[in-house]
Amino acid sequence: MSSEPAAAQGGPPAEPNHARRFGTIWLLASLIATPLVVVLLGPILPPGKASEQAAGQVTDNTVLLAMATPVLLLVLIYLAYSTIYFRQPKGGVLEGPAIRGDARIQTTWIIVTTALVLSLAVYGTVRLLGDNGGGSGSGPAPLTSPKGPKLPVQVIAQQWAFTYRYPTYGGVETPHLVLPQGEMIELHVTSLDVIHSFWAFQLGVKADANPQVDNIAFVKPTALGSFEIRCAELCGIWHGEMFDQGRVVTPAAFETWIHQQQATFAPATAVLPPYSRTYEPSPTRRGG
Amino acid sequence: MNTTTAAANTQPTRPLWRRLIGFNLLTAVLLGVGGYYLGWFIGHQIKGTSFAYEKKSSESDVALLLAYFFGVIGFLIGLGFANYPLSRLLGRPASLREKESEGWSRYFGLCTDHKVVGMQYLIGIGLFFFIGGLNAMLIRVELLHSTPTVVGPNQYLSLVGMHGTMMMGMMTSGVLGPFANYFVPLMIGARRMAFPRIEALTFWLLMAAGFILVSTIFFGGFPTGWTGYEPLNDQAVMGMDSYIMFFALVGISMTLLGLNMMATIITMRAPGLTWSRLPIFVWSVFATSVLMVLAAPMLVATLLMAALDRTINTSFFISGGGGSSYLFENLFWFFGHPEVYILALPGFGIVLELLPVFTRKPLWGYRLAISGMLGVSLLSFFVWQHHLFVSGINADLRPFYMLSTEIISIPTGFIFLCVMGTLWKARTSFTVPMLFCLAWTFNFLIGGLSGVFLSDAPSDTTTHGSFFSMAHFHYTIMGGLIFAFFAAIYYWIPKMTGVRFNERLAKWHFWLMFLAFNSTFMPLFVVGMEGQPRRVSEYAPNLHGLNTWVSISAFVLGVSMLIFLVNTVYSLVFVRAAAEQNPWRSKSIEWQIPHPVPVNNFEQIPVFDSDPYDYGVPVTAIGGAQPASAGA
Repeated sequence: MSSEPAAAQGGPPAEPNHARRFGTIWLLASLIATPLVVVLLGPILPPGKASEQAAGQVTDNTVLLAMATPVLLLVLIYLAYSTIYFRQPKGGVLEGPAIRGDARIQTTWIIVTTALVLSLAVYGTVRLLGDNGGGSGSGPAPLTSPKGPKLPVQVIAQQWAFTYRYPTYGGVETPHLVLPQGEMIELHVTSLDVIHSFWAFQLGVKADANPQVDNIAFVKPTALGSFEIRCAELCGIWHGEMFDQGRVVTPAAFETWIHQQQATFAPATAVLPPYSRTYEPSPTRRGG
Repeated sequence: MNTTTAAANTQPTRPLWRRLIGFNLLTAVLLGVGGYYLGWFIGHQIKGTSFAYEKKSSESDVALLLAYFFGVIGFLIGLGFANYPLSRLLGRPASLREKESEGWSRYFGLCTDHKVVGMQYLIGIGLFFFIGGLNAMLIRVELLHSTPTVVGPNQYLSLVGMHGTMMMGMMTSGVLGPFANYFVPLMIGARRMAFPRIEALTFWLLMAAGFILVSTIFFGGFPTGWTGYEPLNDQAVMGMDSYIMFFALVGISMTLLGLNMMATIITMRAPGLTWSRLPIFVWSVFATSVLMVLAAPMLVATLLMAALDRTINTSFFISGGGGSSYLFENLFWFFGHPEVYILALPGFGIVLELLPVFTRKPLWGYRLAISGMLGVSLLSFFVWQHHLFVSGINADLRPFYMLSTEIISIPTGFIFLCVMGTLWKARTSFTVPMLFCLAWTFNFLIGGLSGVFLSDAPSDTTTHGSFFSMAHFHYTIMGGLIFAFFAAIYYWIPKMTGVRFNERLAKWHFWLMFLAFNSTFMPLFVVGMEGQPRRVSEYAPNLHGLNTWVSISAFVLGVSMLIFLVNTVYSLVFVRAAAEQNPWRSKSIEWQIPHPVPVNNFEQIPVFDSDPYDYGVPVTAIGGAQPASAGA
């Protein structure tokens, strides 16, 4: 990261052109490092590509990393450069130049940072709306929602477990989360007591579970296999134990599984409160 | 550690027992304990149907909150805070000052000398800073294992909560308390603060608050972390009341501290000290004070609502009773986000104040730095819901909060440009304070850039509430504020005590702290990205290796703090090598006045004709060098 082009290597008394030298080093370092970051780090960035939303986040993180790299290098190389070249000689009492600012540099800096920041915000907004929330909890009435059929799945959080209800399958409630591959899932996340957060790590889904709130998140799993579920909001002493595994299976396997669940939990379904977007929270005073 | 032991010896000595009687810390503790039991007793006399549950479970939030309340009142009366208002009520003449020249005992009571209050703050906050740090060590001990082993999950959450709350509560005054109280009056050429008694009150309120927070361990601790989210807050045992009382007192203390600073800076500047000549540190204190005054009352109000929910069964935050858990999150972060800038801004001020001294150059871009700080202050009130990106609250407003959050990096960028401009062609001496300033630049850069990932709503989905965000704010607050805090300690302690630190130990402290800090928190970005949520004592086994590395680094970080403690005791208590009058050749006014600083600071109020950054040789003399064209 410190290739040395040495634009003007003058003799000891003649001061080199520091601005040009630093600029060259930074430019070269950025030109080398930024593609390396994209090529080497991009593909291994979490949360992976198990769903469309997770893959979208990997793309976002790669773009942000690529934008952050030149900025990081600018300040780091500057710090290193000024530490090496702009020193007080040992025991010296030399004074530096009395420069109090530079209107041109300041204006350029403001324009460039503003442009960078605004482009970040535009990019983030486009991605957020284009990806229907990008796997995040988007409230009871999301601004955008995906076209086409969606499978609603309700995530019910309580101290300290998640259960899942499938309203289109008779409102069956099971302790396991199984999702069909390639179908758009509409997750309805709610809580029966305190605030939890439903985090399906590999699927790139995170949505807070608030009592009496229906927090909707969209996800389309693309890869078969299991994924990790954790609670991501402090919810009491067993918060750390509130984790589970979910599975993404083929649509056919899903149909088989959900019918098994319906049969197994039929007695429970009969006495459950009817499916609803939120439920009356249990009394919370001194619950645990 | 006080500077006037000699003065104490010259006083006619009264017997010790006689000197212990009066309005001082001892009386305050006695009255505080008395008030505590009085409140406890009254609380248990209150009866009513809504308290039936509490009677059954031998828990009484009413009793504990009243006990704390009366305890604090008793503590303040014992210190003598009631004397002045009472004597005014009785028609006695006004007196401005109390206990300003009584030797070491001034440090153990109500003293209106801003220099004494500054020292009190430094020691008092230092004490709680180390308690908070010890909690962090215990947290990392637990995280050596991926399953709960050393402390149970309940104690673990209490440790997490105490560490976070202690640091976020106490360290808000970490710079303004010791350094602004001590140096703002000196820097603006004033003899005192605008409200000296309120100044003392802010300190003693904070101390009372600190002990109340520690006392939570006698009442079962609290499970919510420093954010105190409802309805978990409402569900928690009595230890939660300690959190509520602590943060409310901190909020009151912050509000008063901010008001006092603003009043002092606005009204008490010496002749000639115009706003454009004000030291940049004073500007940062001003910006911080504005935030404190506007944000902290929100916290107090929110906690009052939480206390009412817990005691008389209102339901502001209980959805079953018509309230909302969103309301708490919303109110809390409306305070909570300005709060993190209350922590960060004084760090900006210290770094920019110290850089000119050690680079022998004027501060580059003085006005840009001021607009950066004021810009950050203003914008910090418009970003709070980025803490709630996945919560579902106002989800349609996320593009706005994404924009406002990302815009705040523009004024923050100003500060970086000023740092870089000041370093350009400098004659930098790498003293210990300067090393801490450079480390600040590095740490805050990492903190800021990692914040970009959290501010982007889609990207935040994975990082939110994970160790990534935890690493991010430790980079900005510990890497920012605490590194600047130590820069200030090494820079100003020679002035405050007249004694200098052992430099070799100080350099050891710096290098160990800097390396261990980065070795602790850099891997946590990965840990968070790989899926470890915050505040868990149980995590995925595949993250065990990284967590072990982090824990060991954290212990080394703890050792670096021990080196600082050893250095403090060794240099300031045993060796006591006299510091030079102006060891850093600073041109700031506090270094020009005699040492020890006289009680009245200035015999004659100084007149200012420039800012304090008159360093360097004029540019024309060295050939018109400009950073852009960089000639010669």
